[in-house]
Amino acid sequence: MKHKIGTWAVAAVMAASPVMADLVFPSLSYRTGPYAANGIPFADGYADYFTLLNERDGGIGGVMTRVPECETGYNTEKGVECYESTKGEGALVYQPLSTGITYQLIPKATADGIPVHSMGYGRTSAKDGTVFRNIFNYPANYWDGASFAIKHLLDVNDGSLEGKKIALVYHNSAYGKEPIRTLEELSEKHGFELMLLAVDHPGQEQKSQWLQIRRERPDNVIMYGWGVMNQVAIQEAANIRFPMENFIGIWWSGSENDVRPAGAAADGYKALAFHNVGSDFPVFDDIQKYVVDAGKAAGAGDQIGTVLYNRGLYAAMLAAEAARTAQEIHGVAEITAPMMRDGMEALKITEEKMAALGLPGFGPAFEVSCENHGGGGFVAMAQWSGTNDQWTLISDYEQSDQDVIGPLIAEDAAAFAAENNITPGCD
Amino acid sequence: MLYREAGDFSTTYPEDSQTFPIRFDRYRYYAVLFIAIVIIPFVINDYWVNSIFMPFLIYSIAAIGLNILVGYCGQVSLGTGGFMAVGAYACYKLMTAFPEVSMFIHVLLSGVITAGVGVLFGLPSLRIKGFYLAVATLAAQFFLVWMFNRVSWFYNYSASGQINAPERDTFGIIITGPNTDAWAAYVFCLIFTIASAIIARNLTRGSMGRQWMAIRDMDIAAEIIGVNPLKAKLTAFAVSSFFVGISGALFFAIYLGAVEVGEVFGITKSFLVLFMIIIGGLGSIFGSFAGAAFLVLLPVLLKVIGVDWFGWPTDIVAHLNLVIVGALIIVFLIVEPHGLAQLWRLAKEKLRLWPFPH
Repeated sequence: MKHKIGTWAVAAVMAASPVMADLVFPSLSYRTGPYAANGIPFADGYADYFTLLNERDGGIGGVMTRVPECETGYNTEKGVECYESTKGEGALVYQPLSTGITYQLIPKATADGIPVHSMGYGRTSAKDGTVFRNIFNYPANYWDGASFAIKHLLDVNDGSLEGKKIALVYHNSAYGKEPIRTLEELSEKHGFELMLLAVDHPGQEQKSQWLQIRRERPDNVIMYGWGVMNQVAIQEAANIRFPMENFIGIWWSGSENDVRPAGAAADGYKALAFHNVGSDFPVFDDIQKYVVDAGKAAGAGDQIGTVLYNRGLYAAMLAAEAARTAQEIHGVAEITAPMMRDGMEALKITEEKMAALGLPGFGPAFEVSCENHGGGGFVAMAQWSGTNDQWTLISDYEQSDQDVIGPLIAEDAAAFAAENNITPGCD
Repeated sequence: MLYREAGDFSTTYPEDSQTFPIRFDRYRYYAVLFIAIVIIPFVINDYWVNSIFMPFLIYSIAAIGLNILVGYCGQVSLGTGGFMAVGAYACYKLMTAFPEVSMFIHVLLSGVITAGVGVLFGLPSLRIKGFYLAVATLAAQFFLVWMFNRVSWFYNYSASGQINAPERDTFGIIITGPNTDAWAAYVFCLIFTIASAIIARNLTRGSMGRQWMAIRDMDIAAEIIGVNPLKAKLTAFAVSSFFVGISGALFFAIYLGAVEVGEVFGITKSFLVLFMIIIGGLGSIFGSFAGAAFLVLLPVLLKVIGVDWFGWPTDIVAHLNLVIVGALIIVFLIVEPHGLAQLWRLAKEKLRLWPFPH
């Protein structure tokens, strides 16, 4: 770790020279602040995968990778500062890791020609690649999540939600408000009643919301939470003896950090997932051998295999594959940010490719195209077992209700295009 | 030494009461202005604008605004973040409702709207003061943020509740949006900062400023000598909110471009601006600048030193940053409770007398 950062520092000093010999994947991490517990595993996973590529394969296509980290603390202003201070180093793609920072970077990065990959977060309508040329949010977005949660409930309830009552407990921010539109559409389609309960940042105060849930007895609760809000919500749900298997969190409400504080009471809690859980994949042997045993693991090295570590790893894998695709398309090893964008747009993730990378069945297979920057919208359901202290996927990757989501995305993207004088299209 | 008064004669009253009575000070001020206006716009790039100059300039305006209220009029306020949000949302509504109007007018109008809201929340100051007023303005902070999050009219019914600054111009130069040139954003903010400083300086040394300071020092005595407390306090709230509103509008439209009210204009923002004026120096325009520079530039400087030069892990640097900035604040306030402005004033006095201390 020390050594690696030392080389970064040297490289940062050398960054003044115009010739770049590395593929740069900046990591806007947050290892401090109110969301640090969730930020650390993601940043570790992201860094470790690139370290693995460097150590095992000598980088991507023969070019070493570099992951300069910049601490945002989940703060928008610091995120902007981080973006500005790292973009000059030849940054290929940004993973802003916060809805607020993503919204900041969408216009800035588009103007600078640097792609943004907001994997499973950010602006949902960025799926429409004809409007958001530089923004990608594959493999799934918030509306896919909301739709799949309802789909799962349909499956559990023999295909009908008529007359049921579903509550949405959400973080009262841009992120939490995202699924409301979709759920409203779905409630009309399937005839369930939707109940909206906002929780203010940071989310420790939820007593009144859960009192309301206890009083009105919704059949199911869907949660869009992040950080400490999840822990409190799961604890509160346990306190009012809400049946955990009727409680579904979005993928940002489904890590070990969220369920462990409630102990055995969290048993049966469900969360959406767009990638697999656990460390039972061949790539983790390589990480152990080339990264951990070599003393090059990022952070404290104690997060390997946790849900958010896997997410960081998955993000790094998708970025690396997009870079590889870009190298093939353009026939050069040292790609630039616009080339990276082309690579992301032409990205094809197949089962065979995943297996070859040592990640068989880790995530859904999908294809990115100019029209569709969001992948197929395949989501799975994970469930927490308090007794075994682990998450397990309890469903296959299934596609969300594209009939509902498609028009919503088109509508929102068109509004953005009109607001910003963008002519949609693929050139 | 540098600060010599020998040969510096003032022969008229205006000369005697000018802002910078010492010739060297005056020339230094002109030099700073010259560099800021004529040289920096030509050499500036995105990084310097977005990471250093824009936050510094915008926070300076906010600090000047709050300093008028707290430093000059003695009305403690914790509502700065909420008032900045008013400026930002006013600017957003104006920008989207009247796209063809110049950004200058939008920003000024945002200031006027915020002044109105400020007066409204300043009304309790007629009855209460000190900590009680601080709590009343704290209520304003929470209420305003809650309102902007709750009422979807303010964010034009967008799905996410965020406000985004569309591309707008002034005199044909793009000022907001991603295609803004670094120099344009810088100059636009600089104009507002310089104007704010000059207006604030002249207000505070005129009759209105004297009334504020009389109220601050002893309100009953001020009332006896003929200061109308209602007028003095409400004008202080109005003028202060005007500047804070302008800074909020610039903060949203020029600097960030997209804002989520709870995160950006939360209570931490109120505290940050309050810390700026306490560290910079209450009741001093220079102090507002010094405080803003201290709290904006120091973290960036520490980050550059820690991460880029020494290559330490980012989380350690972030934590060290908290420790160092916190410790420096305490040290500064112990060494000089009146802030950086007073330190600067003392240094100047010493230099003027040097080498003869008596």
